[in-house]
Amino acid sequence: MRNVKDRLRAWDFKEILAVWVFRICACGSIAAIALICLFLFLGGGPAIIEIGLTNFLFGRSWAPLNIPAEFGVLPMIAGSVYITVGAVIIGVPIGIFTAVFLAFMCPKKLHKLLKPIINLLAGIPSVVYGFFGMRAIVPVIRNISLALTDGGSGASILSASVLLGIMILPTIIAISESSIRAISKEYYEGALALGASHVRSVFFVVVPAAKSGILASVVLGIGRAVGETMAVVMVAGNQAMIPIFPEGIFRGGRSLTANIVLEMAYATDLHRDALIATAIVLFCFIFLINIIFTFLVRKDKN
Amino acid sequence: MKLTKFIDRALLVLTWLFAGLTIAVLAYIIFHIVINGVPHLRLSLFEIRHTSANVSMLPSIVSTLFMVILTLIFAVPLGIFTSIFLVEYMKKGSRFVNVVRSAAELLSGIPSIVYGLFGLLFFVEFLGLGLSLLSGSLTLSIMILPLVIRTTEEALKSVPDGYREGSFALGAGKLRTIFVIILPSAIPGIFAGVILAVGRIIGESAALIFTAGTFAQIPDNILQSVRTLAVHMWVLSGEGHHINEAYATAVALLAVIFLINALSTLAAKKIFSIA
Repeated sequence: MRNVKDRLRAWDFKEILAVWVFRICACGSIAAIALICLFLFLGGGPAIIEIGLTNFLFGRSWAPLNIPAEFGVLPMIAGSVYITVGAVIIGVPIGIFTAVFLAFMCPKKLHKLLKPIINLLAGIPSVVYGFFGMRAIVPVIRNISLALTDGGSGASILSASVLLGIMILPTIIAISESSIRAISKEYYEGALALGASHVRSVFFVVVPAAKSGILASVVLGIGRAVGETMAVVMVAGNQAMIPIFPEGIFRGGRSLTANIVLEMAYATDLHRDALIATAIVLFCFIFLINIIFTFLVRKDKN
Repeated sequence: MKLTKFIDRALLVLTWLFAGLTIAVLAYIIFHIVINGVPHLRLSLFEIRHTSANVSMLPSIVSTLFMVILTLIFAVPLGIFTSIFLVEYMKKGSRFVNVVRSAAELLSGIPSIVYGLFGLLFFVEFLGLGLSLLSGSLTLSIMILPLVIRTTEEALKSVPDGYREGSFALGAGKLRTIFVIILPSAIPGIFAGVILAVGRIIGESAALIFTAGTFAQIPDNILQSVRTLAVHMWVLSGEGHHINEAYATAVALLAVIFLINALSTLAAKKIFSIA
């Protein structure tokens, strides 16, 4: 129907012009991706070549002001991984159980109240989270750290993990809840009919059926955590050292994102290019996470 | 039998506990900010000029407003036109649609600091726009583009095909149908998306530090460096002796986000009442 109309109107100049305007606009996001890749790789690529890929990725020391300077991002990769894993350990169980609660256990009226609250949690700016973490989480962690180990300022991997665990909650809750709700009611009713209790039907039939959607929410949460910048900078301590488990979680660590924010303002020459190269590493992580996410969502739809 | 019952009980308790924890954490964050911030919301924080003695947030509020308007001017038409092309002109599942959609998805996953770095390399240095309102808003408009595209697409898809067919049957052209019939019926959905985008612009800091800078006065033109409210708060929290003012700024930010959320919920409700 629409096609026939297209052909009938093909002579109309205004229509043709509009199609081209729309088409060019539609290419905008492709162009944006291309430009971002181009400028990141042009800016950071030469630095990676100059430093050497293995020296860059697996170098254990980041000392840009030393002579000779050292540019190893392994401490930052480790920092990002530690912080993210911590955030997942804290945020994922809480998020999934809350999603189950919202989908199955909570009265309709309460749901109406809770949903906007969780949306609000998603809307709070990361600086506000970071500031809250600095003022409320770091002191608590400092006390725990003083009690368990022989020091620590509180600005640590653990503080960042707790804060990011909170920050990824809305993502995990929203996507998990909708994928749990998308499971057809018959699963739940069938389980009930077979004599399973309400709780059992939910946790052993419905939740497993929604597992790829739930997993997708976790992957998206990981993406958030890896990419978060300001909140992490404000609570993580930012020492560019590879954390040593277990007492290392009470010590400071630096994420890939923090590395860029902290040093970009004064970096010059190779140092600056090495920071752009840090962004390339970050971009690759995000790209990988995005691929896994797309794969999971597709699986969920099938 | 006993074990099963125990597991049931334990899972139920865990569910209530964790859901309660989520709410408690959010309540505590808001309580903490409000209790510490509201007493410091002095009138002097809303003076026209920012000085090192009086870190007024009014210039930052005005700058944030400019940033929001300018960013929307760039991103909203681009996003809406993209969605129109994807929904109204392309067949479902065509290759081009998939490519654009993947690009938008990838864009929405990119961390804001990477946007900031890109903005610095491209807008600030390559195009020579400098640390400015313009560079910042161009950077942010790429950042919110996927959000605008996704919500507009949903809104356009929710317009019943009968509207289009009716319009064609009356002899209207495609362009006229889109602008007179389809877009007006999709407006609440588009509006909800735009409000979410405004929320992201207001809350953004990492992408702005290296593109718009931190100059804390009301700008005269779009090529001047500006400091939005979120960036202002970041700067204050870094200087140890402005903690109270940082709390006050946090209250202002929270209030705006609260308002925006309420607005978007309202807009979303309107969509359902139409459909």
